[in-house]
Amino acid sequence: MLKEGELRIPSGCAISGIIDKEGKRFNGDEIIKSIALMHDRSNGLGGGFAAYGIYPQYKDFYALHIFYDNLSIKMKTEDFISKHFDIESAGNIPTKSVPGVRNKPLIWRYFVHPRNYMVKEGFVDEAEFTSRYVIKINTEYKGAYVFSSGKNMGTFKGVGYPEDIGKFFMLNTYEGYMWTAHGRFPTNTPGWWGGAHPFTMLDWSVIHNGEISSYDANRRFVEMYGYKCTLQTDTEVITYLFDMLVRKHNVPMEKAIKVVAAPLWDDIERESKEVQNELKSIRSVYASALINGPFSIILGFEKGMIALNDRIKLRSLIAAEKGSRTYVASEESAIRIICDNPHKIWSPQGGEPVIALLEGEQK
Amino acid sequence: MSLDFNSPEFEVIRDEKKCIQCQVCVRQCSNKVHLYDEEDNVVRADDIKCVNCHRCVVLCPTKALVMKKYPLEFKENANWTAAALKEIYKQSQTGGVLLSSMGNPKPFPIYWDKMLLNASQVTNPSIDPLREPMETKVMIGRKPEKLEFDAKGKLVTNVPPQVELSIPIMFSAMSYGSISRNAHESLARAATELGICYNTGEGGLNRDFYKYGKNTIVQVASGRFGVHKEYLNAGAAIEIKIGQGAKPGIGGHLPGKKVGEDVSATRMIPVGSDAISPAPHHDIYSIEDLRQLIFSLKEVTDYKKPVFVKIAAVHNSAAIASGIVRAGADAIVIDGFRGGTGAAPTRVRDNVGIPIELALAAIDQRLREEEIRNEVSLIIAGSIRNSADIVKAVALGADAVYIGSAAVIALGCHLCRSCSTGKCNWGIATQEPELVKRLNPDIMYRRLVNLVSAWNHEIQELLGGMGINAIDSLRGNRLMLRGIDLNEKELEILGIKYAGE
Repeated sequence: MLKEGELRIPSGCAISGIIDKEGKRFNGDEIIKSIALMHDRSNGLGGGFAAYGIYPQYKDFYALHIFYDNLSIKMKTEDFISKHFDIESAGNIPTKSVPGVRNKPLIWRYFVHPRNYMVKEGFVDEAEFTSRYVIKINTEYKGAYVFSSGKNMGTFKGVGYPEDIGKFFMLNTYEGYMWTAHGRFPTNTPGWWGGAHPFTMLDWSVIHNGEISSYDANRRFVEMYGYKCTLQTDTEVITYLFDMLVRKHNVPMEKAIKVVAAPLWDDIERESKEVQNELKSIRSVYASALINGPFSIILGFEKGMIALNDRIKLRSLIAAEKGSRTYVASEESAIRIICDNPHKIWSPQGGEPVIALLEGEQK
Repeated sequence: MSLDFNSPEFEVIRDEKKCIQCQVCVRQCSNKVHLYDEEDNVVRADDIKCVNCHRCVVLCPTKALVMKKYPLEFKENANWTAAALKEIYKQSQTGGVLLSSMGNPKPFPIYWDKMLLNASQVTNPSIDPLREPMETKVMIGRKPEKLEFDAKGKLVTNVPPQVELSIPIMFSAMSYGSISRNAHESLARAATELGICYNTGEGGLNRDFYKYGKNTIVQVASGRFGVHKEYLNAGAAIEIKIGQGAKPGIGGHLPGKKVGEDVSATRMIPVGSDAISPAPHHDIYSIEDLRQLIFSLKEVTDYKKPVFVKIAAVHNSAAIASGIVRAGADAIVIDGFRGGTGAAPTRVRDNVGIPIELALAAIDQRLREEEIRNEVSLIIAGSIRNSADIVKAVALGADAVYIGSAAVIALGCHLCRSCSTGKCNWGIATQEPELVKRLNPDIMYRRLVNLVSAWNHEIQELLGGMGINAIDSLRGNRLMLRGIDLNEKELEILGIKYAGE
């Protein structure tokens, strides 16, 4: 049977996210409770979490989380990493045995910094350097898979129900200001740990519910710009789209949202001339970055999170606010179970983002 | 003079019981097939003159007429077919180059028919275009590599001029001269009503049609007929025609008898003179020359009009296309070997060029590998027969398509492939006033509007079925295609998987 990345697997899902906009940190119990409530939206073939603000002591280092199939590929990959990065600290990621989580790979974590002279020689910035080498490992080192590469954040994922994966990684021992979670319902998967979500690139993490029908148009578009879609998953291509738009092209986040969930032409016609020109330009230049078909996604990055539905809302997505916290989830119950009496709870319109950023950050 | 070895292609069969000797057929046939015999009060037919255009069949009030393939058989021979023999009879009689009209009719593979489309089932919903928005608008033109915004988030990039098409379909280049004024008017009015464009072809633009400029692509071909500053500024975009799918590598020839007063004024050539377009543009002997022409045209139009470059699909199209992008074109038009024509040497039409499906797939892929695909629009032509062909073309990577044959078929063309005689009974490929007036633009433009609207509905249905609500998301989305009855190499070039994979 082919592994994820060698074929395309449609899947349905559950998603949930919490942010404390004041930056107060809290452990992983709440997010586990929220995603566990939506147990029936997953089928035990994939679960995962992204946690932001969890490595304050290493906040200037890229935290590489890597799955290895065996020791020999681990040695080869480490050799490659140490050639290109200074390794501040390395070790396996602590886990505990949980029934329902089996066939675990070797799971390692490295806090690294790109080698200065190499960054200079390559005429790129550190972020670009790191992303290139992460893509290189993931495409050229068979049996090694970097599943997290941001600063002061980390992804934890595997094959199993998400609540079991959360316990397996002992997420109650980490504290972050933002957590997102994903439970997966793939229709057909050999159960590869790398195929679980979130998908991340540097500090971007994407969790996603839906099957996008624009996949190959989006893939062939980002692949023109140095990305390589090795997993053939929607989350992977969505992550690359945002990375390209926001990091490489410097498109402001609110405009990037107009790219992926573009307003309808009919609605554009009703706007003022200036807005019309802007939206027409966006739709013309980035037509191939429009994400089509049903999706609800939670996009996490250093500054906060953004939740977004496809433009005709073919997937469920609920948001709520209470105090300094914003919650988003596939189902209202998954919010209410961890948040009594939210002061505001709503169902965002198709294409209308929920933007929850740390205080002091700009869209 | 020696014997005429030619035999009729068709047999005119008249049901004498139904025929009322009204002589409509006699009056309608410009080829003079039908003759009324007063003495016997019967209508007779001279089979050898019949081109099987169905004009008399359609107009016969009692439906008394049927054309059949002429039953005369040659002794069976898989190599020396009847067609091969007849061509030799013709050429040995006249000493001339064989001429043909419309696209390559030979039984080469039709790749559109070997690709199948996807539809949503369970894991994502199909979308009903009658209930949900379904967008088929496309923007044709050059795109910058990226958009830039200022610190306040305001757009700073000026996107080059785009042609907005409400449906990704345009009417192919057919010159005034090769087709009639009424045919042109029908195309122009239909394009205007549909929010799409038609193309002047290389014959210039009649003054009376300047009012349709917003929906007109003005062509600049090697003969430069009718090209002047006002003409270039009259349209929505300019198209430099380098080649044509039906006759790659050669020019065009409009016989002097088609050059009447009006055509003469439009083309800026004397009445009755042959209009001969040279095979190459004599100011383009290489790619750097093309760049100069592109920018001359941009200068004269103040950089307000996109410039398209049209080439025939030939072996090296992908590399040529890349050069065209780098030469500064805003859109590339690729015309496949099945593309129609008013007249082409038969040997060229039937043996030169490659299928548009393969050329499109190769070009789209090559431009992506060179990271320049997003900078230009890719338009294809060369026998788009229905809406499914369009959907497959877009999935392979096209932004829009041109339709020529389909458009004239909507106007009544029955593909008798005798355009070059100038005696088109349907008033399309003719300049004879008596024939031209048979085509009433008030009625015929509606047929074009109907056709394109119907196709748009079908495109929307197919998109919705795939769970897509904007055609942008289908462009280059090759996972929506699967091949059937194709070999590994064909699949590789098309960049698609086999059905079942």
